Amino acid sequence: MFQPTIIVVGNGMVGYKFCEKLIARSSHFNIIVFGEEPRIAYDRVHLSEYFNGKSASDLSLSTYSWYADNGIKLHLNDPVQEINRTEKTIHSLKGVTLKYDYLVLATGSSAFVPDIPGVEKDGVFVYRTIDDLDLIKTYAANAKVGAVMGGGLLGLEAAKALIDLGIQETHVIEFAPRLMPRQIDSAGSGMLLSKLKSLGLNIHLNKNTAAFVGEHKIEALRFNDDTSLAIDMMVISAGIRPRDELAKLAGLHTGTRGGIIVNEKMQTSDESIFAIGECALYEGMIYGLVAPGYEMADIVASYLSGNEKGFYGYDMSTKLKLIGVDVASFGDAFITEPDCRTIVFEDTHKGVYKRINISNDGKYLLGGILIGDADAYNILLQTVNNKIVLPPNPEDLILGSRGGEASEGAGVMNLPDDALICSCEAVSKSSICSAVNEGACTIDEIKKCTKAGTGCGGCVPLVKDLIAGTMKANGQYVKNVICEHFDYSRQELFDLVKINKVKNYDLVLDHFGKGDGCEVCKPAVASILSSLWNDVIVKQDTIQDSNDRYLANIQKGGTYSVVPRIPGGEITPDKLIVIGQVAKKYGLYTKITGGQRIDLFGAHVNDLPLIWEELIEAGFESGHAYGKALRTVKSCVGSTWCRFGLHDSVSFAIEIEDRYKGIRSPHKLKGGVSGCVRECAEAQSKDFGIIATEKGWNLYICGNGGSKPQHAQLLANDIDNATCIRYIDRFLMFYIKTADPLTRTATWLNKMEGGMSYLKNVIINDSLGIAEKLDEEMQQLVDTYHCEWKEVVENPDLRKRFAHFVNAPAEKDPSVKFETMREQVKAKW
Amino acid sequence: METVADIEWVLACYTDDVPENGGACVKHGDEQIALYNFSRRGEWYATQNLCPHKQQMVLSRGMIGSTGDDCTPKVACPFHKKAFSLLSGECLDGDDYQIKTYPVKVTDGKVYIGIV
Ligand SMILES: Cc1cc2nc3c(=O)[nH]c(=O)nc-3n(C[C@H](O)[C@H](O)[C@H](O)COP(=O)(O)OP(=O)(O)OC[C@H]3O[C@@H](n4cnc5c(N)ncnc54)[C@H](O)[C@@H]3O)c2cc1C
Ligand code: SF4
Ligand code: SF4
Ligand code: FES
Repeated sequence: MFQPTIIVVGNGMVGYKFCEKLIARSSHFNIIVFGEEPRIAYDRVHLSEYFNGKSASDLSLSTYSWYADNGIKLHLNDPVQEINRTEKTIHSLKGVTLKYDYLVLATGSSAFVPDIPGVEKDGVFVYRTIDDLDLIKTYAANAKVGAVMGGGLLGLEAAKALIDLGIQETHVIEFAPRLMPRQIDSAGSGMLLSKLKSLGLNIHLNKNTAAFVGEHKIEALRFNDDTSLAIDMMVISAGIRPRDELAKLAGLHTGTRGGIIVNEKMQTSDESIFAIGECALYEGMIYGLVAPGYEMADIVASYLSGNEKGFYGYDMSTKLKLIGVDVASFGDAFITEPDCRTIVFEDTHKGVYKRINISNDGKYLLGGILIGDADAYNILLQTVNNKIVLPPNPEDLILGSRGGEASEGAGVMNLPDDALICSCEAVSKSSICSAVNEGACTIDEIKKCTKAGTGCGGCVPLVKDLIAGTMKANGQYVKNVICEHFDYSRQELFDLVKINKVKNYDLVLDHFGKGDGCEVCKPAVASILSSLWNDVIVKQDTIQDSNDRYLANIQKGGTYSVVPRIPGGEITPDKLIVIGQVAKKYGLYTKITGGQRIDLFGAHVNDLPLIWEELIEAGFESGHAYGKALRTVKSCVGSTWCRFGLHDSVSFAIEIEDRYKGIRSPHKLKGGVSGCVRECAEAQSKDFGIIATEKGWNLYICGNGGSKPQHAQLLANDIDNATCIRYIDRFLMFYIKTADPLTRTATWLNKMEGGMSYLKNVIINDSLGIAEKLDEEMQQLVDTYHCEWKEVVENPDLRKRFAHFVNAPAEKDPSVKFETMREQVKAKW
Repeated sequence: METVADIEWVLACYTDDVPENGGACVKHGDEQIALYNFSRRGEWYATQNLCPHKQQMVLSRGMIGSTGDDCTPKVACPFHKKAFSLLSGECLDGDDYQIKTYPVKVTDGKVYIGIV
């Protein structure tokens, strides 16, 4: 088979990552790597750790055998010197000439060294490679005063390195009027300045170096203002210069200020040559961070293996610890009023400066700067990147919530699933959560299986929070024992009953409980049994709540009410007539319920089977108004009659009501379907509410009417019927399995650690890996549906139970009395 | 202690008329008596059928069970879940209610309630 040859020029961080990504995607390339440095790729981002005890091999990104094992031919210490684009060959310093099919330039950048007289003297260094650091280290042993040129990110890092090397007096020379001009504003830089000064750094702003003075080695700096500074050594960190010399020589298009020009596929002006990492110039910009470089590597690896994606710029937010001071900038850090609203917090005493920029409508975070305390960096960055709507008091984001409720929307678990947590390795929140769910519980395990946190390491705190949050969410059902008879939560008991296939209450009590049970555990177990086995509940009638025991709602005075199912609230005139006739015959009071059906009140217990016999005859089924089960799916008239209707809400409501009818759950369930946003069915006040959109349906869950109304929250939008049903299946089944007894879905959600985003993840992304099981279990319940009243009516033994007196079954309870009110009966009492 | 001679044993029903671990209502003249078949413990109990809380004729439809370390048998009213001891008739929720209890005996599958 034809194996295209890919030659990678540069074995730095990005060149290495490219090889790794390409191998992961396809094995049919012949990969050859040329590196100018004498060693395999290492972690340049953590270069300074070389001075804190890490060895060169500790910093290595992989091993020599990794290259060999993956069939990569490695030419180290051998820079490519020439590209022949017509022949498609390269030529190296050591004289190797090789043919390529594709060429990937990952030549990185070098330190920019300004053209100042004396720059060639001994004792002047740059800070880029391990070799540079070796030289600095040796020289520093005999130096007392050091200086760094450049007060940017790298310069300050180099200054820190000098301190670590034992240099007694370290100076930072910055040409601009402030430190880190690219990342932070002047107020922030002021704060940083005083903080760094207090740590022993001497900082000189507005200083323009005119010459490096000395015989052979550097002895002093002379500035434009005619002042000078005696020093023993100097590290230049005045910016980077993309290494485009090879590309230029080959006639590829380069930028006027350096950089190899690429398109969104990272292709240079020659379509078989790509450029990635710090040498690539995309839309006039060099991306001097490792994360965008990795993204570029991924784009080329995808392209070569047949999957196209593009590069469209990258978030350049950064966070670092500079000499013990946290410094971070994220999003649009410099935008100012009137284009935004800024909130600034400053504590000069502690050396803390925080600034956030908020959209004028107060809804979104645009960017900001943190100095002295950057704990909030990750979450703020996520808030920007995911356009998370801000809490009403956005200042809480930087001040911390001051009393009252913890601010919502700022916790890691509230991030959307596709939130990019590790930008270096492009790992999303959901991948990390699912890894945790699969058992990876430490940061090291997560690093291994997802690679999150292995790049710049900036996301590690966030990953840790996610691990903790997910684990908590999984074990969130804090032991909440059912009652004195069972030392288990409902969820635990549910699992026990299921695994052991126990099918009746007494056995459950014998196996897992103690004593003789009570009115709390009996119905709780009844609900579990019925959610698991869906058996006819009246077979174990004495563990049911009175309503479930008599399959009717007990009312004042001891009579019952009867509610036949009227799916979606749609009923034929003939059925209406039957209801009327039955009500008349048995002396019942009739009323339309809030759930679009008809309630018949005042039935004697003896009459219940007779009433139902007639209703069933006419085609009615039990409405389960007495059970902790689906009540109704309320619907508006929808597109069949309403001029605004987008879809047929009634048909969908009927389909759904028929699907879930009879299923027992921890509490009652209500649904609603509206044919358009006007929401006439009030679907958002239901446990699940469905609202038609132009493209399909929006599904809302966990709403509640009742004493503590709560709006349902959006689970998914613009989904089709089948998806909608699948999500409801999972949602209901997950609720049935995990909620405490008598907990409505709204409360269940409120108590759930991680809230809606967690639930969404379980239902839509299958973060717990149980979706298939939930689907099956729900289908099983749907398939075993039976009308309980039909079972009773047809079974003489069960019918017998519906008597008031055991010793006088035909006699009605004489204590029941009625009086009339508005032409109907009313319990007299 | 009352003498056995004062008790009139009234035939209430057959053992299988009352659901296991549940109750049924027995008519005795104008009186309504709740009879409980605590089959889990092999015991029978009887109390008044009227719940003293809101005067509802419903105790026979309540759930029975036990409470405490000594497993006191109890019945909980289906209306507002007030629980009463099947032994003493006292309300176990700390309210001041008291219900009447009756002795029960079972012979040859027949259940008798002792009326004082
Ligand atoms: C001290 C320091 C701290 C940093 N801290 C951070 C940080 O905190 N966060 C962050 O995101 N980024 C940081 N960076 C930047 C980051 O290291 C770079 O963005 C990243 O290394 C770029 O990767 P690259 O592969 O494009 O370039 P490089 O890693 O520079 O690799 C390029 C390689 O190609 C070789 N090469 C060049 N020309 C040729 C040729 N003709 N033939 C063969 N080989 C050639 C070079 O010798 C080099 O080894 C830091 C950089 C430094 C120096
Ligand atoms: S919700 Fe829309 S479609 Fe349904 S009745 Fe109201 S206006 Fe009509
Ligand atoms: S709102 Fe109160 S009074 Fe009205 S039906 Fe519901 S429980 Fe009864
Ligand atoms: S009527 Fe029995 S508890 Fe209220």
